[in-house]
Amino acid sequence: MDVLLYLIPIALIIALIALGGFFWALRNNQFDDPKGNAERILRDD
Amino acid sequence: MNAATQHVDLSSFVSTDKEDGNNTLNLTVEGMRCASCAWRIESALNSEQDVKARVNLSTNRLVLSWKGMKERGNALVVKATELGFTFAPFDPSQQNRSEAAEEKFLLKCIAVSGFAAGNIMLFSFALWFSTQASMGVGTRDLLHLVSALIAIPAIAYAGLPYFRSAINALRNMHTNMDVPISLAVILATGMSLFETLHHGAYAYFDSSTMLLFFLLIGRYLDRKARGKARAAAQDLLAMMQGTATIREGEKLRTLPIRDIMPDMQLIVASGEKIAADGIVTSGVSDVDTSLITGETLPQRAVAGQKLFAGMMNISAPLELKVSAASEQSLLADIVRLMENAEQGQAHYVQLADKVAGYYTPVVHILAAGTFITWLLLGLAWQKALLIATTVLIITCPCALGLAVPVVQVIASGLLFKKAMLLKSGDALERLAKTDTIVFDKTGTLTLGKPQLVTNGLYRMQDLQLAASLAAHSRHPLSRAICNAWNGEIIKLEVKEEPGNGVSALYQGKTIKLGRRGWCGNESATHDEALELWLNVPGSEPIRFIFTDALRPDAKQVIQKLKAMHFNIVLLSGDREPAVKSVATTLGINDFSATVTPVEKTERINALKTEGRNILMVGDGLNDAPALAAANVSMSPSTAIDIAQNAADIVFQGEKLFPVIEAITIARTSIRLVKQNFALSFFYNIIAVPLAITGNVTPLIAAIAMSSSSIAVIINAMRLNKVRTS
Repeated sequence: MDVLLYLIPIALIIALIALGGFFWALRNNQFDDPKGNAERILRDD
Repeated sequence: MNAATQHVDLSSFVSTDKEDGNNTLNLTVEGMRCASCAWRIESALNSEQDVKARVNLSTNRLVLSWKGMKERGNALVVKATELGFTFAPFDPSQQNRSEAAEEKFLLKCIAVSGFAAGNIMLFSFALWFSTQASMGVGTRDLLHLVSALIAIPAIAYAGLPYFRSAINALRNMHTNMDVPISLAVILATGMSLFETLHHGAYAYFDSSTMLLFFLLIGRYLDRKARGKARAAAQDLLAMMQGTATIREGEKLRTLPIRDIMPDMQLIVASGEKIAADGIVTSGVSDVDTSLITGETLPQRAVAGQKLFAGMMNISAPLELKVSAASEQSLLADIVRLMENAEQGQAHYVQLADKVAGYYTPVVHILAAGTFITWLLLGLAWQKALLIATTVLIITCPCALGLAVPVVQVIASGLLFKKAMLLKSGDALERLAKTDTIVFDKTGTLTLGKPQLVTNGLYRMQDLQLAASLAAHSRHPLSRAICNAWNGEIIKLEVKEEPGNGVSALYQGKTIKLGRRGWCGNESATHDEALELWLNVPGSEPIRFIFTDALRPDAKQVIQKLKAMHFNIVLLSGDREPAVKSVATTLGINDFSATVTPVEKTERINALKTEGRNILMVGDGLNDAPALAAANVSMSPSTAIDIAQNAADIVFQGEKLFPVIEAITIARTSIRLVKQNFALSFFYNIIAVPLAITGNVTPLIAAIAMSSSSIAVIINAMRLNKVRTS
């Protein structure tokens, strides 16, 4: 069961990174214009 | 091109950043159909020096920022207007900003509770499926402790929306759904922590985080579906921003519309909107009154005639003597009517809130009763409290919280596929209750565009001549002639005679196209049909007849609605004969003509006091107050902005069938919502006795909670199978 001592923190850190990523995206207004952003990536310039 | 924005001074809407001196202007964009429209606007504006433009396609808005003079914004907007879009300034008001912030906060809460629930579930699986033999007490306590470490901060954060609302409710000495939710979450977490520290077998951290996760999703969907409240009066006021030209003796002066006073001489250029009510003193022109009266055809404006603010001067300059300041204009009256109507709408209580009102006290009593009973039976208070807490967790309305918003979101997606835009989720509820439908005529039952009656009535060369003349006029009847003719056009030097028609020299003769009194045959029989006369010297004048065609399926739709036992009412601002002929064709017995906006609203309110539930379908500014006053409203996408904003549902296309589709979908939705409520109650009937008797383990709680939520979602999906035809 000792493996839990590594696995639990690793699982938590990975999940925390994902959570941090979501917060970062939200703060950078990436969810403000989903429709526009979806089209914007197809633009050439 | 829209004249209204072209002449408006927008500088009062510009906000300037004190630090870098950047000016910012927020605009709503109309006429943007797809992404490439947005790029055209952006690239046109970004090509200017020091200008940054960014279009938000999801909300149809443009944020424009530039360096230098505030007034430069006007030129930029004119440039963008020339691309064929209409812009209106708006103040990103405090309320909208706080709503957006709240939505963002809910998303963050969902993320946090989802993170916590997911991670705790990892440990829970091990805990659920292990026995005393396979997992030692030490490992179990470790897993419980780690869960507590994740759950407590997560709940402290993600539970805030519920805690705040619960505290608010308690402070005002009443209770709402959020009180038992908060209690359940806090008690479950607290008792689980207690159990963990005392090496207990069960901890409910997974339940409390999952509970929050599901509930937050429900709340977020609800917020999204609720969407925009009907607040069109504000947009209408924005239209009255801007400036007008006044003549004082020989001098011309420009002043803000709100400063216009009675008895001033107002100059209205062609293509300009009339800024205040007044009487024509000089000039002859055609005036587009559709915004105010809903009439299709421009009215001839001559000296002595009364015109109203909001009408558009089409062909030649006019001078008006102002009869009422802009605050007293008909337009301002309509704004006030709408504000009143919109306030009246706020009293509607949604089904979910009604259910919650009955449900909450029952939950409280059940939990308290369980606690006291177990105490009386001699159980230690910690054990009794733990059991009472499981009662709260089990009865917690996960499924109830999802029951309505999931259906609303799916219904709104379904309507969107059928080219209808649902603006607020609770409109479905109101729509399902409808028993009376009030239609406007022009643009709603009809297409709102006159069409030439072309069943071989005219000779080709007459039609060609008429079209060649008409090509130079913006009059709707001229347009209709051009639309009916798709052959060659003869090149002519066309002169426009405001209020009369157009003329040109052709093969040495003056040919005319215009109204009866100018170039037609006065003695020809008068009927109510729309007409235009072509006069070629040396031959009989030719009469072109137009109709404002009904929507292609109007008759079937009205018949079907009648068969569905709806009361159909037709209220139109148009003339009696035109209204009567439409009413007879469609079989509508209850109709009124020449109804003013005020009368429309009064009529709707009268029907409402009779206890009717009214669906109003309309498209004009004259309908807007009635749209806001009715229980629920629809408008075609060809309607003016204000009407679309006032309506709950906007439908596209030439057909009227969406009215039936929307009602069918609404009725099915409400049936599904009720089934969902029944499902949640059914699940409670099974689970609650288990909880009260103390037989609910964390595993049972998790299964019960997720299965009931999933059942509700799957049931809501059945909405996609609805048949409307």
